[in-house]
Amino acid sequence: MQRIGVFVCWCGSNIAATVDVETVAQTLAKEPGVVFSTDYQYMCSQAGQELIQEAIREHRLTGVVICSCSPRMHEATFRKTVEKAGLNPYLLEIANIREQCSWIHKDKLTATQKAVILGRAAIAKVQLNAPLTAGKSPVTKRALVIGGGIAGIQTALDIAEAGFPVDIVEKKPTIGGKMTQIDKTFPTLDCAACILTPKMVDASQNENIDIISYAQVEKVQGFVGNFSVTIRKKARYVDEHKCTGCGLCTEKCPQKKVPNEFNLGLDNRRAIYIPFAQAVPKVATIDPNYCAMLKSGKCGVCAKVCTAGAIDYKQQDQLITREYGAIVVATGFEPIQLDKFDEFAYSQSPDVVTSLEFERLMNAAGPTGGTLLRPSDGKHPHTLVFVQCVGSRCDGAEKGKSYCSKICCMYTAKHAMLTREKYPDTEVYVFYIDVRTPGKNFDEFYRRAVEEYGVHYIKGMVGKVTPQDGKLKVQASDLLGGRQLRIDADMVILAAAIEPDKTARPLATMLTASMDTNDFFTEAHPKLRPVESPTAGIFLSGACQGPKDIPETVAQASAAAAKVIGLLVKDSLTCNPCTAKPDELMCNGCSSCEKVCPYGAITYVDKSFRGPNRTTLIRRVAQVNPAVCQGCGACTVACPSGAMDLLGFSNQQILAEVDAICR
Amino acid sequence: MQSRVIEKAASLLESGACTRVLGWKAGAFFYDVTPAVFTCAQEVREQMVFNPFCGANLSKYLIAESRKEGRIAVFLKPCDTFSFVQLQKEHRIARDKVWAVGVQCRGMCDIDSLKELGLKGVTAVEEAEDDLRVTTLYQEKTISRKEALSPRCHTCKSRKLLDCDELIGDQGQDLPSSRFAQVEALEAMTPEERFAFWRGELSKCIRCNACRNVCPACSCEKCVFDNPNSGVQNKAAASSFEENLFHIIRAFHVAGRCTDCGECTRVCPQHIPLHLLNRKFIKDMNEFYGPYQAGGDFDAKPPMLAFTLDDPEASIITNGRDGQ
Repeated sequence: MQRIGVFVCWCGSNIAATVDVETVAQTLAKEPGVVFSTDYQYMCSQAGQELIQEAIREHRLTGVVICSCSPRMHEATFRKTVEKAGLNPYLLEIANIREQCSWIHKDKLTATQKAVILGRAAIAKVQLNAPLTAGKSPVTKRALVIGGGIAGIQTALDIAEAGFPVDIVEKKPTIGGKMTQIDKTFPTLDCAACILTPKMVDASQNENIDIISYAQVEKVQGFVGNFSVTIRKKARYVDEHKCTGCGLCTEKCPQKKVPNEFNLGLDNRRAIYIPFAQAVPKVATIDPNYCAMLKSGKCGVCAKVCTAGAIDYKQQDQLITREYGAIVVATGFEPIQLDKFDEFAYSQSPDVVTSLEFERLMNAAGPTGGTLLRPSDGKHPHTLVFVQCVGSRCDGAEKGKSYCSKICCMYTAKHAMLTREKYPDTEVYVFYIDVRTPGKNFDEFYRRAVEEYGVHYIKGMVGKVTPQDGKLKVQASDLLGGRQLRIDADMVILAAAIEPDKTARPLATMLTASMDTNDFFTEAHPKLRPVESPTAGIFLSGACQGPKDIPETVAQASAAAAKVIGLLVKDSLTCNPCTAKPDELMCNGCSSCEKVCPYGAITYVDKSFRGPNRTTLIRRVAQVNPAVCQGCGACTVACPSGAMDLLGFSNQQILAEVDAICR
Repeated sequence: MQSRVIEKAASLLESGACTRVLGWKAGAFFYDVTPAVFTCAQEVREQMVFNPFCGANLSKYLIAESRKEGRIAVFLKPCDTFSFVQLQKEHRIARDKVWAVGVQCRGMCDIDSLKELGLKGVTAVEEAEDDLRVTTLYQEKTISRKEALSPRCHTCKSRKLLDCDELIGDQGQDLPSSRFAQVEALEAMTPEERFAFWRGELSKCIRCNACRNVCPACSCEKCVFDNPNSGVQNKAAASSFEENLFHIIRAFHVAGRCTDCGECTRVCPQHIPLHLLNRKFIKDMNEFYGPYQAGGDFDAKPPMLAFTLDDPEASIITNGRDGQ
């Protein structure tokens, strides 16, 4: 006979104001099997927990039902509580009478009735609970960082510094990411390369860090502490170990007309290339879309000039499979495509550029050697118009993004300031909806642009840009002045919204990590767990989680590293004992469960069973690896024979709950 | 056709290629054909039949038969081969222990269809091209084969013989089929009319379990309705709710695996059109997740077991009662 204790929590006034807790406790006391029922102000407090433990001992309870907040909040707390009193922690059930009851109801009578019903369901379930024991699973002490931008580099450096091996997978031929393309950084105006490249070198020289460049994650299996990841290392047709990075091949290659993605297509590179001087690894890569040797078998110049003999036209993609304990996503961002914003004439005039292109035009390593020249005629521009929020803060999000891209106000102020400083003969206009500068020394920076550098900040949006007679006719409204403006500009710079990298969506599917509607990775809790994904063992670093500037990215990168280190120092993890369990006598071996299992936890074995008339039957039956199973329950509903059940959430238990609610 | 089938069966046993043959033999009446396993050529020649009444789908018997010693030969009509493939996809049949002989089919007949034509006391039916010569106690009559077809064969979906080791007759093609017309007619009803229709049909159920026993998709090691631990075990429907739910649960159970072979309706002694429940599921799945034929091939992903990001969230809230 079960001896169940019911504990109804007031949660101060959170529950007690809408639910008559005393009535709930008294009503549930009459349920079959309940031998003790009480209410208390704060069950999760020290005194509340002691009350539970005392009742367990005094009334020799065999099951505990706590009517309180969501199990997401305090299930772990109360499991520890009952365990300390000598009860198996899985003989506890929580009825959520806060989030699912008191917080959503106004009428006290209805809320009280519902709380009783929820309590009754929990009592019906706990009657069928069985003691469960959690197993242990080992932790592979190696981390994977996906994305080698500043976020990934910082995370990897911090993890490596703590003594754990870490791999960076970068899809481009070099690590460094977007920050390599940036000229100066706000609000200090130090050069991005000067602060980034030492970190890139640190990463490459750190013996705990393995950089797998020009590679992409292809497959992820396993679970927290025990991931198995397959990485496709694309053929770069150059032996990374032999190449010295001398760059001779990149000078001799006859294919000169390849758009240079590092300079966003503003100039050209060769078919064999090193993205930029400080690339890490500093190894050449052959672009198979342009290389004459790879396309038609006629050329071979790079192989002839290479003294190291590093060129290998027959190189193949390589698949690397490695084990990891934790995975950090640092896939970063991309500026959006501007084809839906043709009012700004981006596709019509080369003098309308994005802010990232403007960075390249200002950069000493850029296509113009750092002199600001108009892309159309190479002349010095005199009037520059900056347009903010291009694609950000769009209503309805049909054309652009509904969110604020966060970094544009500051980099536009930076661009305006740098232009005025280098070229005092220019007139610089910035059109904005709002100027948003929350951040250390950010507002001071913006005010300097306005007050010291004389940048014309105009509240209002640009309506149309028309290329005409070598000029860009800008029509705009000045909302504060209440007038229409017409400016003959030489260049228009668009602060394009940023969006998550396109590779993030398929990656999220592989990692079973969730994303929001904008394809930014979702954090486990927006305030309290900002660097963890809801999927255990997956962590988030940088702009893949939301728009961020460099200081914020680096802060989050280090925070993610701290979480990873906290995981990797553990020798083993406690498994969730609520895993799937097949009834072999009922199992058909049909593979339905295997097909729906997102964790690859199910395998099949041929097993002997006793058949009729002393015969032996060999049947194919499912087996669940409890260390891999995460208890999602997909298999239990897919099984056509009802052979699969979830420990702690068995079909019988759930039906008992439903029966109790419908009673 | 009958002689070719019987000769093939006998030769497979005589040559030792197979130890058993799964085919058909006559029951109490010649049209009351029943599945049978033959172990010697003589038995085959004496008892085996392949006439227009061999509607029974033999694939399901292979679950048990392919587990036994030795290889079994089986004769499969096109629609039976879909069940054969589906069961293999579910790892239920040991393929290497089966020699599958595909037999082309022109549609199977149904004694009820003959009775509806006013033919009583039928003693023999002979095939002649597109006609059937029917001998009864009272007369001899020639009718067109079409008139005598079993209802399910009027909407035949395919004459393809899938995954057979050898064929008797030609390989066939998928056919244009109007098999969803009846489902559409039911969908067009008001909920009240539809409920009345199904109550009228399902209230006839006597819970003989013939539909379950014959269904190739219904092949659990232990049926939930036979399992005392399931909490739903029963032999007779105690209320109209149970009458309805038994069949609806069964249709859910085979959803995505039902090949639409129509055996459930064929064997129902109460003539309940059970296949319409399954067909509704098939139609819905085709519309939600794209065309899919259970047992149609080995590679297609079953829609109920595959997940894609584009899956529609079919919901009774948006698509339910009269689209409200």
